[in-house]
Amino acid sequence: MTPDTTGTLFLPPQSSTLAGEVDALFNFVLYVSIVFFLIIVLGSAYFALRYRKRRTEQLDTAPSHSAALELAWTIIPVILVFTTFFWGFKVYLKMHIVPKDAIEVKVTAQKWFWSFDYTKENVNSVNELVVPVNKPVQLTMSSTDVIHSFYVPGFRIKMDVLPNRYTVTWFEASNPGSYDLFCSEYCGSGHSEMIGKVRAVSDRDYKEWLDSVGLGGEEIPLIELGAKAYSAKACNTCHSIDGRPGIGPSFKGHFGSQQKMADGTTVTVDENYVRESILNPNAKVVQGYQSVMPSYQGLLKGREIDALIEYIKSLQE
Amino acid sequence: MNAALEQSYLKNPKGLTSWLFTRDHKRIGLMYLYAIMFFFFLGGVFALLIRLELLSPGKTIMSADQYNQAFTLHGAIMIFLFIIPAIPAALGNFILPLLIGARDVAFPKLNLASFYIYVAGALFAIYSIITGAVDTGWTFYTPYSTESTTSVISMTFAVFILGFSSIFTGLNFIVTIHKLRAPGLTWFKQPLFVWGLYATAIIQVLATPVLSITLVLLILERVFGIGIFDPAMGGDPVLYQHFFWFYSHPAVYIMILPGMGIISETITVFSRKKIFGYNAIAFSSLAIAFVSFLVWGHHMFTSGQSEIAAMIFSFLTFLVGIPSGIKTFNWLATLYKGQISFEAPMIYTLSFLFLFTIGGLTGIFLGALALNVHLHDTYFVVAHFHYVMMGGTVMAFLAGLHYWWPKIFGRLYNETAAKIGAILVFVGFNMTFFSQFILGSQGMPRRYYNYLDQFQPLHAFSSFGSFVLGIGFFVMLVYLVHSLFKGKTPGYNPWGGLTLEWTVPSPPPPHNFDKIPEITHGPYDYDKILVKRN
Repeated sequence: MTPDTTGTLFLPPQSSTLAGEVDALFNFVLYVSIVFFLIIVLGSAYFALRYRKRRTEQLDTAPSHSAALELAWTIIPVILVFTTFFWGFKVYLKMHIVPKDAIEVKVTAQKWFWSFDYTKENVNSVNELVVPVNKPVQLTMSSTDVIHSFYVPGFRIKMDVLPNRYTVTWFEASNPGSYDLFCSEYCGSGHSEMIGKVRAVSDRDYKEWLDSVGLGGEEIPLIELGAKAYSAKACNTCHSIDGRPGIGPSFKGHFGSQQKMADGTTVTVDENYVRESILNPNAKVVQGYQSVMPSYQGLLKGREIDALIEYIKSLQE
Repeated sequence: MNAALEQSYLKNPKGLTSWLFTRDHKRIGLMYLYAIMFFFFLGGVFALLIRLELLSPGKTIMSADQYNQAFTLHGAIMIFLFIIPAIPAALGNFILPLLIGARDVAFPKLNLASFYIYVAGALFAIYSIITGAVDTGWTFYTPYSTESTTSVISMTFAVFILGFSSIFTGLNFIVTIHKLRAPGLTWFKQPLFVWGLYATAIIQVLATPVLSITLVLLILERVFGIGIFDPAMGGDPVLYQHFFWFYSHPAVYIMILPGMGIISETITVFSRKKIFGYNAIAFSSLAIAFVSFLVWGHHMFTSGQSEIAAMIFSFLTFLVGIPSGIKTFNWLATLYKGQISFEAPMIYTLSFLFLFTIGGLTGIFLGALALNVHLHDTYFVVAHFHYVMMGGTVMAFLAGLHYWWPKIFGRLYNETAAKIGAILVFVGFNMTFFSQFILGSQGMPRRYYNYLDQFQPLHAFSSFGSFVLGIGFFVMLVYLVHSLFKGKTPGYNPWGGLTLEWTVPSPPPPHNFDKIPEITHGPYDYDKILVKRN
């Protein structure tokens, strides 16, 4: 089946091997529904106009029961809905049986970003899942706080991500491109910002990406690397760089300032405070903000932390 | 001043305490009606705030946290304080004894108690809103709800209290229907609204305790950290979802079954027809009530439950759709060869047929496992349940409210204004929610404060629709209040109905019937009796 890459009124473009099968069922149910909708609505509109009240009222003479008719409108819907049931179950099973040769990625969801671990390749990325096209990818997912849900509309897959438990889903991207990844289980203040991307690339680009290990090597200046990390590691979900307060304090003019903490003490934002706030964020929380930030221990390398500190330092008024 | 009004339950006995301590089902029903209308208004204000915020991406009028509180309160208020009690406790209380030829419900004091328990629950809910409105969504999913810093305990406690009110009303109705029917009113001569209330009452009594227990566990979890739902202590957050939906799915039928009952009344009266397939409609109510207990797992197809469980729940979900389909075809067939007139209750009835059909059919998409994976927790679901709950239950409630308004208040509203209001509500509703089907199937997740630019045109369209809807309800408020003061006085039977409430004055006297009536004909015998309107 060639995937529909333009999409329809109801459905986004098909970008995985299973999307076409899901859409075929969607369209079947849609057409059956339209037929039934027309029967009910045109039927009642026709009766309402045809049998509108005459001047003098008469006794009702129409039948109030018909075994044949009642059997018909019981049995026909039964057949149609059970067809839909079996069809839906069949495709659902395909969604749940992971092909043996799938690439495995460990997904960790937390308030409010996605983190992807390529365990074999020892590579980690945040909010961007890079996969090769035409290769099945298995996602083994868990959450470190509340329930989240991994949803890529273009692939027609969704699976809840739970704390203290693993859930598994898989997909095979059928064409190269960049696809929206949403969190679809309500998880608080940053729920609608918990958006990532799935980038499906050619085999060669995938290998190159794995080798380049995310942000880039030693040659990039620290501030530039920090700016990259700011968006690549999802700092931007909660911290603005233009002074707007978000879920966390804005980075603009933050460095060097005096901040009152939730426990009443005052702290000067210096290198050590920023470092502590990245690795152990709830040790000292600025007053007026909730202690909701997860630790970045293990998600950032030494040079990336230095880079972020320099970047925040550069954001003066 | 007309004589019926002076001698009615509204004026006898007089004085505030005679209302506060009344045991008259009509007065209790009326007090419920005022209370639920207040909460419908409040929930509606939250709805309009939500749609205003979503007019454009990013911040429009409120912060993310305020938005999360707004949609939680919209849901919690509309579900627990408006739609569950709306038809049974307000209209049902008033009409049920009149429909079966009784002077009151079986336990009048329990009836008053259930109203005050509702008030207590409502006060707790208001207290919760003032002291740091809850932000968990109306479903209170763990572990979010055990971690949230908002006032989760007071809101869940409010819902816990409201549950008892619902249980007492259900119990009262079951006994009333069994024991207080007038002589000659056999089970199969009962108006279908009575069947609807009966099936509803069974669910209320059997399912509500499960919600109560679940909410107590949630409160214990928050206060003492007992660790039944909290994964950090070895608990299971998905267990909470099972418990919650074990009540809350049948609760969907607590909301829709009485509405279906009202439609069976109005569609016959305004088409002067015997109902088509009485037995099928009556039994399908009971079938829905029974099967509704077995489908809760369809809220959790993406929660990681086993494929076998998902298969069984999907199968049963399709099964529960069949009786609703049967009812819809029966209503359609009732119109055939009728003598149809288009007063406001009938406009709402036809709106119900149109909207509930869409609500029901879109349920088939969601019941199919493979489609549910894509559509779950998107705006498709939001649109679906608004078509069922608002397009279904609220339209039926409005049909019933306009149908019985002259009986309840002894006043007629302005028919032209009512038609304009009904059309605005219908158009506004479809604009608001049909666009959300497309948003959802295109991938827009629900409960999002912010959204990507590609979703803006449909979001803006939906918001404009909600403003039209708001104007429709404002028109309704104006003509209904106006009718209370300036409305014309109706006779006993302004629509020409055959059921017993139309044989007593409008409004009825305190004791309903001077003499308990003897039932000699069916509720819809328009083939035998020519009824005059007066």
